Amino acid sequence: MEAFEILLTASFWVAAIRIASPLIFATMGELVCERAGVLNLGIEGIMTAGAFAGWLTVYAGGDLWTGVAVAAMVGALFGLLHAALTVPLGLSQHVVGIGITLLATSLTYFTYRIVLPEVTSPPKIEPFQPLPIPLLSEIPLVGPALFNQTPLTYLAFIAVALTAWVLYRTPLGLAVRAAGENPAAVEAQGLSVTGIRMGAVMAGSALMAVGGAFLTMSAFNSFFFQMIAGRGWICIALVVFGSWRPGKALLGAVLFAAFDAYQVRLQQLTGGMVPYQIFLMMPYVLSILALVLVARRATYPKALMIPYQKGER
Amino acid sequence: MRLEAKPAPSLAATLAYPAGAVLVTLLSSSLLVLAAGASPFSVFALVAKGAAGSQFALLETLTRATPLIFTGLAVAVAFRAKLWNIGAEAQLYAGAVVTVVLGTGALPLPAPILIPVIMIAAMAAGALLLLGPALLKTRFGVDEVVTTLLLNFIVLLFVSMLLEGVLKDPMGLGWPQSQRVVADAQLPRLIQGKRLHLGFLIAILAAAIVWVVMKKTTLGYEMRAVGHNPEAARFAGIPVNSVLMKTALLSGGIAALAGFSEVAGLKGNLTLDLSPGYGYTGIVVAMLAMLNPLGVVASAIFVAAIFVGADAMSRTAGVPSYIAEVMVATALLTMVVAIMLMRFKVRWR
Repeated sequence: MEAFEILLTASFWVAAIRIASPLIFATMGELVCERAGVLNLGIEGIMTAGAFAGWLTVYAGGDLWTGVAVAAMVGALFGLLHAALTVPLGLSQHVVGIGITLLATSLTYFTYRIVLPEVTSPPKIEPFQPLPIPLLSEIPLVGPALFNQTPLTYLAFIAVALTAWVLYRTPLGLAVRAAGENPAAVEAQGLSVTGIRMGAVMAGSALMAVGGAFLTMSAFNSFFFQMIAGRGWICIALVVFGSWRPGKALLGAVLFAAFDAYQVRLQQLTGGMVPYQIFLMMPYVLSILALVLVARRATYPKALMIPYQKGER
Repeated sequence: MRLEAKPAPSLAATLAYPAGAVLVTLLSSSLLVLAAGASPFSVFALVAKGAAGSQFALLETLTRATPLIFTGLAVAVAFRAKLWNIGAEAQLYAGAVVTVVLGTGALPLPAPILIPVIMIAAMAAGALLLLGPALLKTRFGVDEVVTTLLLNFIVLLFVSMLLEGVLKDPMGLGWPQSQRVVADAQLPRLIQGKRLHLGFLIAILAAAIVWVVMKKTTLGYEMRAVGHNPEAARFAGIPVNSVLMKTALLSGGIAALAGFSEVAGLKGNLTLDLSPGYGYTGIVVAMLAMLNPLGVVASAIFVAAIFVGADAMSRTAGVPSYIAEVMVATALLTMVVAIMLMRFKVRWR
């Protein structure tokens, strides 16, 4: 009974939306890349770099929003490197993606050690504070969960709406989707598949980096090693789970985060009878299960992971 | 720009392009060394000295290369069939767990029997661990990249649970570590009083066996065919799914030997920091070797030299040892570009 009552507390839903926020950014980022036909396995490293870049900007005296912008720029730069290797050169998206993750992660750790050689405990910054929206935040349960979060969480939801609008309601979105389904048709329209794909990977990578920055600038207030902890890989599963649609992917991210918030509370409730590692494993196990459930009827973008060369059929 | 296929590269080109990749890696990491306020020449000299400047340094490099040969081979085998096994880290720990379970007194056997038994059991554990994602790939169409990556986290938590539970050493002063394996389960040291152990020779033997399998057997041919073009392979009558299963068993089994050899040869017990990412570094090792099993030995020693050398360098020159990770990741990316340029001509137009 107690286990069920958790679901009716506002603090549970507040935590769920907070946990979902970085996943929403990064899932939208991966979705944009994959919709254009590029699998971006650099996500885990790009989130790490974004988390550090945003935090460092603020630690060095910058404004919080400047930190978000710097994180996005760093993400876009790694996206440019990924895209340059996988789009015009057509190199293996698996190998390049893993390479970008290794590079972004190690560069981040190297820079951390250069900038903060002597620290033993990670220094803190003043992170984003909750910004209650008048009236709406007064609604029981839903109010605190959706309308009393930090501005970055609101931005995450705006990012979903924007991604959906651009993908489905603008010529640019049509071109991006076509580049992932039928690149030859895009070329026939006189558009550059290379340009569209590279742009999508850069924009997507910027979103991933902001997702990472959410952790250091909104959820927590400092950067520590291995803090992304597989969230990037989970987001790749969420894109598949959401069948490459922004709305469904958002739903997946929130469901997933609710489950994650729930297991933490259940862990406290069981009081150490079950090893805590079992609870920590659940998000990863859940991601695999979700993939198994949807994979059979998943409709991949048809040109996903297929490099395109002009004039080839 | 367009890419046009080139004729097969000459031996000189096969060596020149990877050398170019290494050069670009050195140049770009020089920038980081400069950013750290040190001189690239003296830093790279210190790295070289730390990796190969003395008998101690050389043996340390070979010791560090041992697990990397195993994980590099595991990745090379899998990637050849385009089975994207990013889970060598988890398979390594599976092998290490089995080594500790069987090696701490559970089997009262003499060393010449006990060690092979543990090896086979460890390989079986790693093989089974990769069989899961391979089955999900062939039966349900689940991408194995994501499942093997997620399994790395699951297995590490599982090991943490074991080390705080059933496998915890009662004499370990509360640290999450296992008991030490018995003397009969330990791999002998190759030189009295040094850290280099029999695992290194087993790794080289494994590379030779994998080379024979890849080049001289039907299975090796089928794996390459599946990796090159699964549709064509299926059309030619090759049982693609069954080849992928065999690839998974082989790859997972070899990766598990890394965990076996680290526990039985070097550390003696299992801790949560047994592997500082050998599974992921194995991907770089395999790519630098262009997936050639014998090349894996050379590239594993090269990568190990960077790590060992950078450790020694950072103690004296004050450049963070993470420079090694950056160099290895850069080498991976420059190498895939070099391989592409070796095979294709880029026409700007």
